[in-house]
Amino acid sequence: METLLQGLLLGGLYGLFALGLSLMFGVMRLTNTAHGDFIILGSFSTFTLVSLGLAPWLAALVTLPLAWLLGYAMQRLVLNGTLGKDPLPSLVVTFGLSIVIQNLLLELFSADPRSIDTDGFNTLGFALTDDLSVGVLPIVIFVLALLAAGGLQWIFKFTALGRAFRAVSDDREIAELMGLNARKIYAQATAMAFVLMGLAGALQVVRTTVSPADGPMLLLFAFEAVIMGGMGSFWGTLAGSMLLGLTQQVGFRLDPGWGIWGGHLMFLFVLVMRPQGLFPKTRG
Amino acid sequence: MNTKIPAYSVIRSTRASAPVLIIATLLVLFAASLPWWGESSWMHEFVEIACYFIFAMMWNLMAGYGGMVSIGQQAFFGLGGYVMLSLGNFWGINPFVAVVLGALVAGLLSVPISMMAFRLQGGYFAIGTWVIAEVVRLSIANVSAVGGGSGTTLTALRGIDKATRESVTFWMALACVVASVGLVYLFLRSKQGLALLAIRDNEIAARSQGIDVSRMKLAVYAVAAAGAGLAGALYFVGNLRISPDAAFSVNWSAFAIFMVVIGGIGRIEGPLVGALVFWALNKFFSDYGTWYLIGLGLLAIVMTIYFKHGLWGYAQQRWGWSLFPTSRKLRLD
Repeated sequence: METLLQGLLLGGLYGLFALGLSLMFGVMRLTNTAHGDFIILGSFSTFTLVSLGLAPWLAALVTLPLAWLLGYAMQRLVLNGTLGKDPLPSLVVTFGLSIVIQNLLLELFSADPRSIDTDGFNTLGFALTDDLSVGVLPIVIFVLALLAAGGLQWIFKFTALGRAFRAVSDDREIAELMGLNARKIYAQATAMAFVLMGLAGALQVVRTTVSPADGPMLLLFAFEAVIMGGMGSFWGTLAGSMLLGLTQQVGFRLDPGWGIWGGHLMFLFVLVMRPQGLFPKTRG
Repeated sequence: MNTKIPAYSVIRSTRASAPVLIIATLLVLFAASLPWWGESSWMHEFVEIACYFIFAMMWNLMAGYGGMVSIGQQAFFGLGGYVMLSLGNFWGINPFVAVVLGALVAGLLSVPISMMAFRLQGGYFAIGTWVIAEVVRLSIANVSAVGGGSGTTLTALRGIDKATRESVTFWMALACVVASVGLVYLFLRSKQGLALLAIRDNEIAARSQGIDVSRMKLAVYAVAAAGAGLAGALYFVGNLRISPDAAFSVNWSAFAIFMVVIGGIGRIEGPLVGALVFWALNKFFSDYGTWYLIGLGLLAIVMTIYFKHGLWGYAQQRWGWSLFPTSRKLRLD
């Protein structure tokens, strides 16, 4: 029971990891290989701000607009030039970015794992029943993930920006004929994804320790969640994250070495059995 | 009305390609004599760069011609190494023979693996193959017979003295390089190669001409896996020590991508030039550690955005250079 609950809550965190990836792929078919490294960058940004004397929650809050700016600039200056039918340029460029970020962080912060001291907030918990208790931080993360998925779904469905996202995703040329500036819309989507990644990074460094080489692992988790959930639906991504969190938690419970391995195997299992994912978007 | 088909001939070679073949043969013969006059560190260095080159060559075949961009080829690199080591250590097979067997097993294993990987396309295929490589790494790390997470040593070569071992490894690496270049070149000039080029240029049009696209892709995937396995088996014969983290490191794919992008994707000369550049950069700058890697990453980004066709692609467009012509040109007589 406790394992299941913890698995679901861990899934909330993975949901935050995955939503940004889902968003960028959904809008511009861009696979960001540096996704995990940008999340780690968010962690280190928060860490740096805290060591400059900011309160942890304030540091996390300051990281978000920084992430927005970085995402917008990254898309306009670098990534827009790599889009196209051929996936190779964007893959190589983001893979190059991944190596650059990892080594830059290694140079600046060394390979030591870092964490933020929150005066015990990260271990604070409350008891549900006599032998079942949950942490406050995982609940907060879970609620944030729900809000993020719901918020994205709402933006896509009901706002002008969301309509623009869907339009450039369906057919870029026609959308541009209708007066949309695809490059700008792509930049807005990436900026939004980066805010989510910044948030995920800030929460990750509060929750546990973070080191510069963690990025690729987070990318793989996010990717597995997106594929298992089914592409194109944010609720699906969140469901995929829950499944990944649950599987890993059960695996860890059986043997500490099996958690991540089990998660990967579950991903491959879903891929073979249900390649369209659990909740593929059905367009009406 | 009767239209007469004009006389034509198909040109398949360039002016440079015949002399290049002769020069290349002489170079290879000269290189083969290295064990008699060279130092042992040179041979070791050559074996290492040969492995990088073969691996990059196979990545190029897959991405540049087959249109499948993978970040997970290290799965087959490591498998080749581990199969070679197991055959040598546990079954007493000569490790130099086991190198070839390792490549074959990697090629065979790629068929079931492709059933998972081919469910994904484009960028997701790339990351999916990475996940598969991670699964293989974590699985091997749980096998205690090959040392688990900390790895093990190739003991099968113990009886052979150092000089013989190094020379044979060197010749083997040289032979593998020549064989892989030759095979890829001949393959691309064959009818099957023409089909592959057609798929690269337009998959739907190729299919409408009767090309079995999915079978062709599987064939390329299997050949590339066998090539990666060959590189891996060779590398660990030269290194004598294997561990899951070294064998299945994503850096293998990173360096392959770097070499191919620098040299020029989708051309045989590409990985060749890329491997030379990579070797030179590695020789002079690898002491800078993290800054060196940052430089490599930035170089790959800049090349991809501004020089899409790499160094050799630039030369080819500018001066029409082509050492390994695979194109067919129609000339009206």
